[in-house]
Amino acid sequence: MTSPILEMRGITKEFPGVKALSDVNLVVNRGDIHAICGENGAGKSTLMKVLSGVYPHGTYTGDIVFEGETAKFGNIRQSEAAGIVIIHQELALIPELSIAENIFLGNETAKRGIIDWGRANREAIDLLARVGLRENPLTPVKHLGIGKQQLVEIAKALSKEVKLLILDEPTAALNDDDSQHLLALLKGLKEKGITSIMISHKLNEIEQIADEITIIRDGQSIETLSVADGGVDEDRIIRGMVGRDLENRFPDHTPSIGDVLFEVRDWTVMHPQDSHREVIRQANLSVRAGEIVGIAGMMGAGRTELARSIFGRSYGSRTTGSLVLDGAELQLNTVTQAIDAGIAYVSEDRKGLGLNLIDDIKTSVTAAALKKLRNGLVVDEHKEVVVAEGYRKNLNIKAPSITAGVGKLSGGNQQKVVLSKWMYTDPKLLILDEPTRGIDVGAKYEIYGIIQELARSGRGVLVISSELPELLGLCDRIYTLAEGVITHEFDRSEATQESLMRYMTADARK
Amino acid sequence: MNALLNTLRGNVRQYGMIIALAAIIVLFQISTEGVLLKPLNVSNLVVQNAQILILAIGMVIVIVARHIDLSVGSVAAFVGAASAIMMTQYDFPWWLAVFLGLLIGTAIGAWHGFWVAYVGIPAFIVTLASMLLFRGLTLVVLKGATVGGLPEQFKAIGNGFLPEIGPDTGLHNLTLIIAVVAVAILIVLEVRRRNAQAAYNFDVLPFPLFVVKLALLTVVIMYFAYLLADARGLPIVGLILGGLIVVYTFIMNKTVFGRHVYAIGGNVDAATMSGVNTKRVDFLVMMNMGLLSGLAGLVTTARLTAANPKAGVNFELDAIAAAFIGGAAVTGGVGTVVGAIIGGLVMGVLNNGMSLLGVSIDWQQAIKGLVLLLAVAFDVWNKRRTAGSGGAGAEATESSAPPPDKLAEEIEAMEAELSVDSTPGETPKT
Repeated sequence: MTSPILEMRGITKEFPGVKALSDVNLVVNRGDIHAICGENGAGKSTLMKVLSGVYPHGTYTGDIVFEGETAKFGNIRQSEAAGIVIIHQELALIPELSIAENIFLGNETAKRGIIDWGRANREAIDLLARVGLRENPLTPVKHLGIGKQQLVEIAKALSKEVKLLILDEPTAALNDDDSQHLLALLKGLKEKGITSIMISHKLNEIEQIADEITIIRDGQSIETLSVADGGVDEDRIIRGMVGRDLENRFPDHTPSIGDVLFEVRDWTVMHPQDSHREVIRQANLSVRAGEIVGIAGMMGAGRTELARSIFGRSYGSRTTGSLVLDGAELQLNTVTQAIDAGIAYVSEDRKGLGLNLIDDIKTSVTAAALKKLRNGLVVDEHKEVVVAEGYRKNLNIKAPSITAGVGKLSGGNQQKVVLSKWMYTDPKLLILDEPTRGIDVGAKYEIYGIIQELARSGRGVLVISSELPELLGLCDRIYTLAEGVITHEFDRSEATQESLMRYMTADARK
Repeated sequence: MNALLNTLRGNVRQYGMIIALAAIIVLFQISTEGVLLKPLNVSNLVVQNAQILILAIGMVIVIVARHIDLSVGSVAAFVGAASAIMMTQYDFPWWLAVFLGLLIGTAIGAWHGFWVAYVGIPAFIVTLASMLLFRGLTLVVLKGATVGGLPEQFKAIGNGFLPEIGPDTGLHNLTLIIAVVAVAILIVLEVRRRNAQAAYNFDVLPFPLFVVKLALLTVVIMYFAYLLADARGLPIVGLILGGLIVVYTFIMNKTVFGRHVYAIGGNVDAATMSGVNTKRVDFLVMMNMGLLSGLAGLVTTARLTAANPKAGVNFELDAIAAAFIGGAAVTGGVGTVVGAIIGGLVMGVLNNGMSLLGVSIDWQQAIKGLVLLLAVAFDVWNKRRTAGSGGAGAEATESSAPPPDKLAEEIEAMEAELSVDSTPGETPKT
């Protein structure tokens, strides 16, 4: 019989004007991997911040019982001292510092303020071995890939004698290989008695690894499912998350596909810093009017690089090949030219490349097509309001008004603002890079609807996604990309996750 | 009452600095026993601070575009020196010297813009180099000496006043006329703006408050004009400054270029990916700062009636302080021309008031330093306070009441033009 390591009882947390958590209960058994699922904004992160002392004792109501004792954490240091370590979605590593320096940052192996580097490095080697990372602890973290950085974070947690490890979307930025490695590592840690709480949107991973699943919806704990009891699958979890059955995760769509709209021919792109390294080699692809075309590839296969090199050469050097849109060859050297030619690119990096987070909805929507609002010298603010209000209504952007700051919107609504921005440029071809990353199930459905609507209006849509079910559900045709080479082209009818995966992992350079 | 408090609370950021400026004026008015707002002193206040205010306009734009310009004092000195030499040693007419002076300033700004925008060297470094370079060149041009004997028309730029017209009323008629026209235009614009915003269901000041605001503005402007009219009338430099404030506020708020400046300041990568020519914007912003530095240099030289190798020392620090006191953000993307002017006035009134009280220059420096720190600290505190009340709450907020009919009609008319013609926002089947 396992005893609970953690019990959170009746947790209620209010922010001015809104109840973020309302009477949430969470029981985590010792040695389990406990998943927490819920849509964005359901309160998962808030709950974890309460647990780890980011919101100190006294700012919430309810009890936290950890290891049989009532915990009253005033800050993160105290929760870490008790053995609770949280790894945030955005990694908290310092790129210029070495692995060892990062692992012991804030927890230095020091005597009277003088760091014992010999001991630090020796201990770092041990910790790295425990997470299965074979790297020199003196290597700067910036030289590691994102997957390895995640392992360094876990090593850092282990260095703090962690009893309860909290991972917030640990695999969101990882490719499948790295994700699988990380999940295996979590299982390994479990066998060594470390309890984990994992927040994730990737339901297949949760299904694969979790012992128990607690579902949070609208700030309340809805239910806790035990995997051992059976009957827990993705549909069951989704039903709990959205409070209803999602019979169909994709809206109905009957494609009406026309002539070839856009072609990429013999497209070769070199790395911007290393002009001899091919990032994309001899890529050929086409998109027809009204067609949704997918690009499937592992992270690092060159998906984003391909898209950005097409979008006004905003990536790469010595790019060769030709682009044909509507039968005319394009010469695109800048993003402005690409937009003028009728190409739009929705970046995977919504906060970094998609939005100015201090702007409001109104200015964000019109940012890429201010020309259309120019009236003599001035920006026609009257028309701007009409345009922005139109998109807010049409795309169901949930915000108090179009003067609301985009930085405060949820991921799904931010993405709708970005889509509005590009729709207002009236593009012929839209390239959507991970259009539903970090977006909850309900908003995903809406975004899919928007994408299908764009195709129905005769535009070409190119979708890049790491989620194969998304591509299979959405696309009329799918190209697989591996190591910068297009390895295969699938029709909707012949593509399966397995067949796509085979060509995504193909040894393309042979 | 609660509504009033809420409105005030929501606008602390906007009005905080105006209130601070008013408080400082009242403080010095009392402690100087009324000397601060004597007509002649107000007139002096405008004339003495004009060059800093001119620079503050350019500086806030540079700061919004996430850069900095440390060279403005040296560039001002150099342009002043060059124009003085043109007029005294080469007998150029004053207007040609002014034109060439502005041209030199613009060229120096373009030089900065080239390095910052197209080579990619941080503006801090480029303009630090220019700060040294042009201070040195000023000494070279002037051969280390003060150059005086400038034409009267040139000196009028810094010291002159508008001519008088009409009957002798004991006050300066033209100044009062300009003030009345300005107030009238301001009221019309404010009313139009409020109506437009109300039509879109945006938050506007409650009507009584709006009237109070306009009345206050009118009183302040007319009282200020009265003081100037009671002294020597509107200084020419005051007219130049007023024109610049209007033009640059217009550029920053209403034009595509202004939008682009805020966009690159907020997130330069997102702006690039939205098709903004960020390099050109950076270039123009730096070039404009050069133009205004040149103008400030001409004004300073005219006011001092001579070109001086030490002119313009620490101008950059005053201009930067004005921008930050006026609410500009160090990280870029935030700041207004009017805010920078208010920040500059806070510094100017402090200088003037402390001088009247006989506070020594060394203490004035120290106090100004603390004011800068406190002003920015207030801003940071205020931002954190407002951010706290939004935060997690904002995510959950539902959309507000539907827009008024007029807007709904326009949207429907617009929908035909919009790229997607149906409503894709259907909810999933249950």
